[in-house]
This record gives sequence, C-alpha cells and structure tokens, in this order.
Amino acid sequence: MCAASSPVAGRDGLAVLDAEEIRRSLTRIAHEILERTHGGDEVILLGIPTRGVPLARRLAARIGEFEGLDVPCGSLDVTMHRDDLRLHPARALGRTDLPPGGVDGKTVVLVDDVLYSGRTVRAALDALNDLGRPRAVQLAVLVDRGHRELPIRADYVGKNLPTSQREVVHVLLTEVDGQDSVTISDEGR
Amino acid sequence: MKRHLISAADLSRADALLILDTAEELAQLADRPIKKLPTLRGRTVVNLFYEDSTRTRISFEAAAKRLSADVINFSAKGSSVAKGESLKDTALTLEAMGADAVVIRHGASGAAHRLAGWVRGSVLNAGDGTHEHPTQALLDAFTIRRRLKGPQARGAGLDGLRVTIVGDVLHSRVARSNVLLLSTLGAEVTLAAPPTLLPLAVGSWPCAVSYELDSELPKSDVVMMLRVQQERMNAAYFPSVREYSRRYGLDAERMARLPGHAIVMHPGPMNRGVEIAAEVADSVRSTIVEQVANGVTTRMAVLYLLLGGTEFPATGEA
Amino acid sequence: MTDHDSWLIKGVTIPGGEGPTSLLLGGGSITDIGPNAEHPDARTLDADGLIALPGLVDLHTHLREPGREDAETVQTGTAAAALGGFTAVHAMANTDPVADTAGVVEQVWRLGRAAGHCDVQPVGAVTIGLGGTRLAELGTMADSAARVRVFSDDGRCVADPLLMRRALEYVKAFDGVIAQHAQDPRLTEGAQLNEGEMSARLGLAGWPAVAEEGIIARDCLLAAHVGSALHVCHVSTAGSAEILRWAKSKGWPVTAEVTPHHLLLTDELAAGYDPVFKVNPPLRTGEDVAELRRALADGTIDCVATDHAPHPVEAKETEWSEAAFGMTGLETALRVVQRAMVDTGLLDWAGVADRMSVRPARIGRLAGQGVPLAPGAPANLTLYDPAAPAEAVTPAGASKSRNTPFAGLELPGRVVATFLRGVPTVLDGKLT
Repeated sequence: MCAASSPVAGRDGLAVLDAEEIRRSLTRIAHEILERTHGGDEVILLGIPTRGVPLARRLAARIGEFEGLDVPCGSLDVTMHRDDLRLHPARALGRTDLPPGGVDGKTVVLVDDVLYSGRTVRAALDALNDLGRPRAVQLAVLVDRGHRELPIRADYVGKNLPTSQREVVHVLLTEVDGQDSVTISDEGR
Repeated sequence: MKRHLISAADLSRADALLILDTAEELAQLADRPIKKLPTLRGRTVVNLFYEDSTRTRISFEAAAKRLSADVINFSAKGSSVAKGESLKDTALTLEAMGADAVVIRHGASGAAHRLAGWVRGSVLNAGDGTHEHPTQALLDAFTIRRRLKGPQARGAGLDGLRVTIVGDVLHSRVARSNVLLLSTLGAEVTLAAPPTLLPLAVGSWPCAVSYELDSELPKSDVVMMLRVQQERMNAAYFPSVREYSRRYGLDAERMARLPGHAIVMHPGPMNRGVEIAAEVADSVRSTIVEQVANGVTTRMAVLYLLLGGTEFPATGEA
Repeated sequence: MTDHDSWLIKGVTIPGGEGPTSLLLGGGSITDIGPNAEHPDARTLDADGLIALPGLVDLHTHLREPGREDAETVQTGTAAAALGGFTAVHAMANTDPVADTAGVVEQVWRLGRAAGHCDVQPVGAVTIGLGGTRLAELGTMADSAARVRVFSDDGRCVADPLLMRRALEYVKAFDGVIAQHAQDPRLTEGAQLNEGEMSARLGLAGWPAVAEEGIIARDCLLAAHVGSALHVCHVSTAGSAEILRWAKSKGWPVTAEVTPHHLLLTDELAAGYDPVFKVNPPLRTGEDVAELRRALADGTIDCVATDHAPHPVEAKETEWSEAAFGMTGLETALRVVQRAMVDTGLLDWAGVADRMSVRPARIGRLAGQGVPLAPGAPANLTLYDPAAPAEAVTPAGASKSRNTPFAGLELPGRVVATFLRGVPTVLDGKLT
C-alpha cells in the first residue's frame, strides 16, 4: 500500500492519486487478485456502474497481460436494490451485462471506485443473489474512505483515504471523464 | 416525470427515452432465474378495470408483481360499481385502502383525468374511452425501436422512421396516443383510413393523412393496424366489411409490397380477415406476439419511474 | 311592505338619459323622474354611482319544479333571479310532469306568485311529453290563468318539419310564438362537445355546428312561409348568427337569444374533462364567441337569455359522458354581459337595457315588463353598480345548485337592488 507523496493542491481540492499512481494501484490489485484466487480460477469481474465498469475492464486487461488469461468481465447495476430509493426521485438504470458463463459457482469480484458506507455493495450482494449462486464474492475498490455503516469490507484496496464526512472524494477516469485522477475537496462542490 | 401518466402528451422526448431505456434494462429480467426485483416492495398498485380486458390487466399485474408491489384487482363486474357506485366514491375507497398507484381502464373518455383529481397516488391510464392509451404507445415504440434499431439502441429515438397507422382512428385511443408519442420520438406518422373514420380536425395533428393504403405501403417502415369494429358499419361509417377489407385490409399481397425490413403491428385483439389477414398476422414481420412481452417490460419501467423514488408531494404537479 | 310604500332613488344614472337623476316610485309605478323629484314619506335609497335598468326579463330559465326539486324550486330559482336583477323569468316546460297542460302551467304560475321574488311566466310544451309527435293543448294553455304565449320543447328539438309547421301555424290564433331548441337529433346522437380540435383531442363525440344551423335555416323558412313568429333559443354558432341575419334581412318574423356563457366561454375549457363546462348547445370556439357578440351588438340576436339549468352535485361530479348538460346563470348574467359586451365596447348600457329587458318582454308578450323607465311606467327596475371591484364568482348563491362555469372567475359589477312593481325584492345585494 503506497502512500502518496505530499499532496498537491488541484483545481477542485487536494490531489490524492494522480494518473501514474492509479495505474500502479490497479497493477498491484491485479496481482493480488491472481494471488488470492489461485491464479484467477473461475473468476469474473463485475464493475458497478458508473466508474466501477472501466476499472473492471482495466483489471481484466492487466490480468490478461500478466497471465495471458481471459477473465470474463461485465457490469452489475444495483439501482433497483438500493435501500435509499425513497429518498430520491427514481433514477435512470445503469447497464447490467453478465458474461456468458453467468455467476453460478464463480468467484465474483465486484469492482467499484469508492467504498464509503457500504450500502452500494450491500445492494450489489442483493442483486447478485437474484442472479445466481456464486462460489464466493470479493470486493475491489480504488479508494476506501472509511465511515462504514454496514459490516462490509474490501478485499482489494487501491488507497486507504481517511476522510471526514464533510469531504467529497472525486474519482475521474479517462473512459468517462477524459482524465485519470482522484481528488478530495470540502462539501458544496 | 409527472405524477400521473394519463396522456402520451404528458411525456417529453427525454421522459419517453428514459422509459424506453429503462425497459431495455428490465427486459433482461425475463432471462433470469428469479424474475423479480425488490424495488416496489410495500407499494400497493390497484387495477381498476371497468372494461373487460384480461390481457391488459394481466400485463399490469405481472409488471407490478415483478417489482414486488402488492396488487389489488378491482373489476367492475359484480362489484359495488355494478350496483351503481360512482367513480368518485370508488376513488375514495381506494384512497382509504392506501393505493400508491391506480391503473384505470374505463369506457368514458376523461375518466383517468377525473380520478387523478380524487386520489393522492399516481394514476396510470390503461385506456379511457376513445381518448388515450399511453402505455400501449410506449410498448409499441419500444417494439419498433428493438426491431428496427436493435437491442443496443439505448438513448436513440425513432427519428426518421416512417409509421403508417391504418383503420378506425376516430374511435381509437391507441391511435391518439401513438400519433403523439411517435412524433415526440421523431418518427413520421401517416394515418390511412376512409374519411369517415378520421376526426374532422385531424389536420391539426402532428401527422400526415392518406385516404389510400396502397400509396403508403412502399414508404413505410412500420404498418400499425387498428381493430375495426363491425358495429361501425351499422352507423354508416363504411358500407360493408367486404369493402373495408378490400380497400384498407392488410393481406399477403399488400404485405409483399412493403420494404424488406418493414414490420407489421397490431395492438390486439385482431379481427382476422377484416383489417389483417391470417398469414400476415402469423408472418415473421409481425410483432404481435412480442408486443405482449414488451407490454410487461414497458409497464414495469413506467411503474418504477412513477413509484420507485420519492413520493410526489400531494400538492405537486399532477 | 305595502304597494303604497314610496321610494326615492337618488343620484342614479339612467342609460340614454342625462347624468345622475332621481326616481320616485309609488303605487307600483314610477311617478316622477328628475333631479328634484321628492316625496315627504318616501324611503330613500342612495344610488350614487349606480345605473338603473328596466327590470331584466329572462326568456329561458329552468326552475325544475315540479319534479326535480333536488336541483331547484320556484322559490329558490326566483330568488336567484331577483339577485341577478330579474323581475320576470320564463319557466321552461321540461319539468316532471311536463308542462303540457293547463294544470301544470297554472301550478307553476301560482308557485311564482306565492314566492314573490319575481314574475314567473310559464312556457308551455309544444308537444305532449316533449315527445315530438303530437301537439300539446296549446290553446288551452294560452287561455289558462298562466296565459302562456311562448311554447317550447326546450331540451329537445321539434325535429319533425311537419309538426314544426303545424305548431307555427296554430299559435297565430292567439299571438303565440314557438321557441325552438335547434338540435338535429340524428346528427347529435351521443354527442358530448363541439365537434372540432378539442373533441378530436379529448376523444369526445363531436356535436357539429351544422346540427344547429340546419334546423334554424329550415325553421326560418317555415316561419316565413306560414307567416308566424319563430324564436330561436340559445344560439351558439357563427353560422347560426349568419343565417339569422339573412332571415331578418328578408323581414321574416324571427327572433333569437344567446346565453351569457356562449358570449364568454369556449370549448377549450373542456380540457380537464370537468363536466361543469358540459352544456347543450355546447361551448364553441373563439370565432363563434366573437361572432355571437357582434350579432348581439347589432341586434341580429335580440336578447340575452340565461338558460339557467341547475343540477345536483352528483349529476356533475362524474365522468363527462355520464354528466348532465347545463349551467346555472341567473345570478351572474348581468356581470358576464358587462364583461363580454360593455367592457369590450360592443354595447352600451342602453343597449343592455334593450337586450335584457325591453326585447325579451316584447318577444314573450309580457305586459308590464320591459317598459323603459319613464313616468307612468311600472316600477320594475334594477340598480346596478358597474364600477364595483371585480370579484371572483363563488358557486354558493341563492340557487340550490352549484354548477356555475364561472366559479373562480373574476367578474365586474354588482346588482345592488331589484324592484318588482315598486317593492324591493333585493336591497344592497341581498334578498329582502
């Protein structure tokens, strides 16, 4: 787990990870996944929209480079399983794209950009439950910012980032936002 | 989106695309082992059907149940309604039962509008008299998009597609809703019918009009056939079923003159042999069967978008 | 309050006259008009800023009694009439039982006298039971205590051309007039709303203008042919106004009325499917409203008649196609006419006096009503404040029913007082 060098003030706030650091984190996570799943045996990666999806694809690409292994990759939208639906107007759904083999008997690695209260992951577990019965479920996140409200933990973490609840973590990814960065700023951005 | 879905005119292009894209996602449910989502758990949807329509009622029921809502079916026959209870009193009863949404099908145009003034929940118009049937138009649009733009057409409208609607437009709520929604989504709509079955004011609608079906066939990407009731013959709307079929019926010979990719639709129930020939209804161009499946999906999308989030404030936009 | 009470109305303006003056009423008549009119025992009414019109006469009202007392009675309907400035109303015959015999018309006439709020002139049906097939005993009704002169099947059309001809001919014997409700039944089966853009959009069966115009044209020709008086009820379309203009240009004995609501409201109000806007004949388009106003201004349409049609709540609080047709109108009529005709510059107050009092009384052959205000004339008059601040109409009023299409609409003016043969029926806007 590498610590960033002294934080640089960015446009929106403090920089936490730059593009290079993000790349290194993902490389490390890819290796860790291979270690802990006996070389990626029966593993599928499911990204949680929006930014979990490109992250999952990058991890799948890394694993393919290192091991020549084709890890099935897809997306899992959790909107319909959220526990806070009644607090907002009905949201548009993200895409759910399961790899052809399905999830039964597989080790599913859920991939998301930020782990915070844990409710999104809990919704993902509920959604996964209706899709089949994985052998195991693991969680990979780029940033863990603490303040869990449920007993949920990540198996793979890019960076542990202590934050206050007033702060906002911004993850930008090239595929979605045109650049790679993780910054933190005060609320009211 | 607004609190009620009463007319296709209630939907902006953005609203309509949101519904179609949501339906696209929900369509996958049909292939899952568990065909259910927890999203509307604890919500109550009432089906208030004054007209017999098993097909539509079951479609709404399936849609609501797949979202884990509780469904109460209230059909007019053999109920207090048959004994003369007014629509208003029925509405007050539903309020007392805590209905989050009421799906209403009624023989009088405007019934859904009136109901919306008497209940706090959302009102979904499942067909009111000869006025509108917006979820039919939505499932028709969904069907067209899937067939002609492919299953990955998220975010796309129906721009540039040419749709010909044929038949008794004057008395058709399906036609009214489709003209509105298809043009909102960018399609070019033409109505083909004898002059007696077109409203006099049709010139102000966002569509073209033709008294001839044959001239429209080679240019149509979609032909939508409306049911023609034989009773209309008795009120002198056309001289005979035979003449109607000859001039406006879609038979195999006419179907052959459609462009290769064109599809044939019908909201059902069909009068085989009157507006549509059996071999057309059963042909590979016909979307009649998948319209039914798409009906459940589209209605799930509408129910989710109306009920899946915050409750609309009681004094909010109706 | 006896007939011998004198009243001195001071500072009032009589349209067509010269500036504020005083009116002295005594013994049921106007005894003096002039700035110096005086009487030692007279009660005084300060009418500064008010105008005086001869008491309004309604040629077309539904009092619903006998038979539909849940909607209105002669008592409540005439109270509403007095509050609207009316001193006489014609009570239409579509009661239950129908007013097709001397017995029923005399009953209605007596109820009117007993209530005392305004004169009630019963209208007799043209055909038995409004069935449109056999003439009712028109002569007997004319000879009865009710002295019926206006005959109408209003609610239904006398559609059979032969029967209409016979009716027109028959009433010549006693200077009667047939008032036709022009609605071709075959063209309006199941019709709900004016046939046009709104009906097409709302999916409501259309009511074509030609269903009214065709009958009017036919009846004008019949009236001319047999030389008898025709009155056309509630004209609602521009085409009807044109036909009437043509008929009058020929000197034919045709008169016509228009309702206040047809001078102000259009079919666009049906957009929310609220049946308070459902009426027979239906509300039409803006072009029709404009033409009807012009026709009333130039006298092609002779008068305003309310077609006051009260209905109980449950008849209107339902789906459009199930709801009853009709709107109330007695209490708001003058204010609507001010808004539609006077404030738009189309008609002055002298013209209003002519269209809402003088001509309707003449058409109804009502002696003692519709007499211009002059010494010696019966003291039937209305005091009105045209400058009263505009106020929103509330459904609550003297009428038993609440189905007014003007609810919530701001209308100008206020009826301050109504006098029936020198006796006030309304003072300061309230029943006496």
